[in-house]
Amino acid sequence: MDALFLARMQFAANITFHILFPSISIALGWMLLFFRFKHLRAADPQQKIDWLRAYRHWTKVFALTFALGVVSGVTMSFQFGTNWPGYMERVGNIAGPLLGYEVLTAFFLEAGFLGVMLFGHRRVGEMVHLGATILVAFGTLMSAFWILALNSWMQTPAGYEIVNGQFHARSWLEIIFNPSFPYRLVHMVLASALTCAFLLIGVSAWQLMKGVATASASRVLRTGLVLAALAAPAQMVAGDFHGLNTLKHQPQKIAAVEGIWETTRGAPLLLFAIPDDAARTNHFELAVPKLASLILLHDPDGELKGLNEFPSAHPPVLPLFWSFRIMVGTGILMLLVSWIGLWRHWRDGWDFAKMPRPMLRIFAGMTFSGWVATIAGWYVTEIGRQPFIVSGLVRTADVASRVPSSSIAVTFAIYVVVYLALLVAYVGVLKYMAETADKESYGNVSASLAGEPQDYRREGEFA
Amino acid sequence: MTSMSFDEVLPLIFIGLMGVSLLVYVVSDGYDLGVGMLMHRATPEERDTMVASIGPFWDANETWLVLGVGLLLIAFPKAHGLVLSELYLPTTLMLVGLILRGAAFDFRVKAKASRKEMWDRLFIAGSMLASVCQGWMLGRYVSGFGEGWNYPIFAGAIAIALPMAYALLGATWLVMKTDGALQGKAIEWSKIAWPPMVFGLILISMATPWISETVRERWFTLPAIIAVASIPVTAGIALLTVRVVLGSSAVRGALCWLPFALLVLVFLLSFLGLSYSIYPFVVIDRLTVWEAASSPDSLKIILIGVCVTLPVIVAYTGFSYRVFRGKTIELDYA
Repeated sequence: MDALFLARMQFAANITFHILFPSISIALGWMLLFFRFKHLRAADPQQKIDWLRAYRHWTKVFALTFALGVVSGVTMSFQFGTNWPGYMERVGNIAGPLLGYEVLTAFFLEAGFLGVMLFGHRRVGEMVHLGATILVAFGTLMSAFWILALNSWMQTPAGYEIVNGQFHARSWLEIIFNPSFPYRLVHMVLASALTCAFLLIGVSAWQLMKGVATASASRVLRTGLVLAALAAPAQMVAGDFHGLNTLKHQPQKIAAVEGIWETTRGAPLLLFAIPDDAARTNHFELAVPKLASLILLHDPDGELKGLNEFPSAHPPVLPLFWSFRIMVGTGILMLLVSWIGLWRHWRDGWDFAKMPRPMLRIFAGMTFSGWVATIAGWYVTEIGRQPFIVSGLVRTADVASRVPSSSIAVTFAIYVVVYLALLVAYVGVLKYMAETADKESYGNVSASLAGEPQDYRREGEFA
Repeated sequence: MTSMSFDEVLPLIFIGLMGVSLLVYVVSDGYDLGVGMLMHRATPEERDTMVASIGPFWDANETWLVLGVGLLLIAFPKAHGLVLSELYLPTTLMLVGLILRGAAFDFRVKAKASRKEMWDRLFIAGSMLASVCQGWMLGRYVSGFGEGWNYPIFAGAIAIALPMAYALLGATWLVMKTDGALQGKAIEWSKIAWPPMVFGLILISMATPWISETVRERWFTLPAIIAVASIPVTAGIALLTVRVVLGSSAVRGALCWLPFALLVLVFLLSFLGLSYSIYPFVVIDRLTVWEAASSPDSLKIILIGVCVTLPVIVAYTGFSYRVFRGKTIELDYA
């Protein structure tokens, strides 16, 4: 296999593994802040304990998630150089500062205050600790801001000039706030909110099914349901806007997503098809007439450009077509489940124990649904930019590694083995922590609460 | 000496920043990698204390590597491609080591108790793998990625010496951060790691000029030799003092911080020596800082960010060390 293909696969493996963790931690950081805030504000002692318990349990999940995000992120920062040495040589003047600001303003902020946030309760004041929690949450968001600024710039480059084949910055405002950046940032933040929400929902439901849930799990479940019910429709709207933006700037990506070969007026929405790049047609089409034009152009007879207008420079159709459908399908499922779940929970008078068993099974089954949608979405974005690394300007093949393909193959295999093992371990440990959360750290909290109010105050104030 | 324009000075500022980042990385991740490697000599309870001593810091420590490599990537893209292509396999293995270590650090206390032993082993193995790879990479880098029979031996020697230096640094960190039986053990570990570290440093100091003619000329011509001789002499005195203090009873009391501080000084001196040897190359004898640098405009943009954020980073890093000052107590999420 050739080095380019292997380098792409290796990089894809890495970003796939890496994105799992930020997609949780961006929103989970803010959720922790919410739990922390509810704990501070709660007047009822039992509620105070519940929110504290939620905070502590999910802090551990955050720590684990963050650690895996860091180590895979460090790996990625090296792979820019090892896999795409030509990328930095050509685009370094623009990509460099953006990456640099990510490390300087986000990475250090998170890493610096994480220690205080995780282990510092007993050593710093309440407000300082709250401040550290805010800064960690803010840091993860800043990280997303810079990385998405760079990624969006690669999709819709702006504010640059090319001198002797090298990119130079003309306007940093145009570079950072390039045409697709706002859509992409909102889309990612909402994706994280949904991923995090379904993790909260799924784990709480699992705890109830296993008979290890406490009142704390009930509060977490309700928080997750409300978050998902709000974020899911917002994501649909944001996704629609993002799609329109993509149509404007990267029509070939939309053509591939929709599986449209010939430029068509009143293009149908394909629910199912197997696009065939070689034959330049689709097999087994199942279509809704005019719907694609209606969605994308808000006009049933609007004209959509087909792939044949972009000879030899359009992305591979099959993976894009299906990634998009998986993303949207999962999104719709999330919307339905969160709304039905919330309605049901409300009808039960917010009584967790009345939640029907099949509903809990669906919740638990969808614990990692956010991962599926996020990864599929990233594939749409990243594969959709091919064969370019910077849309329309720099081809991926031109910046690939000069390292022998055997080296890349060996390291690819190593990464895949390590990543799969860690993924299994991560999910296994989340499950284990969910099942033992109560026994381990809080077994006697309620008891001491009943008997000795002083003990509770100590717990309550992180003394 | 002709004066340089600001645009010509910029690459020098950035190579300096990069060097400082990597120095901070080597010292800070050095001690926590060292603690990781020493865990194979400790009991399960001692392991918990050892991990607790580095727990609040390792994340931020590793970030300096990202900044160092990031600056190489950002400020010297040509060198970045060259260096990382040459070091492709050891870089990957180092990353695998760091991945295993970072993951195991968190998993060991969260997974089933019966799995803790396995995660501890992975933590130790990851620390060793990362250290050995960094040694090998340093050796290859210092010798300008030369080809020939002597180069792999040189890189191999450093691949052994650097983990020893980390182990010594980690052991003296524990002398400072722990007390009781574990502190006693840490003193013993320091004494064991001291001779190989000193031997390694001497070997490198002798072999580097032998491997590279550029370095030879730098160090062994008059009058430079008189001026720069202060570096190895001071380092030698510091290392001897470390050994003396380790042997005295004061190391269990008021002077527990001294060996660690002196070793940091030795690392700083080694860094200065190395910088002196290499300047003004990014890749010795092949690529100067000016040849490898990005455009002045981009460097200026990052420099603004560095000037604003670096003092803040230093301040909150200091804050974090102050919060967790003193002897290590058990870590819990509270």
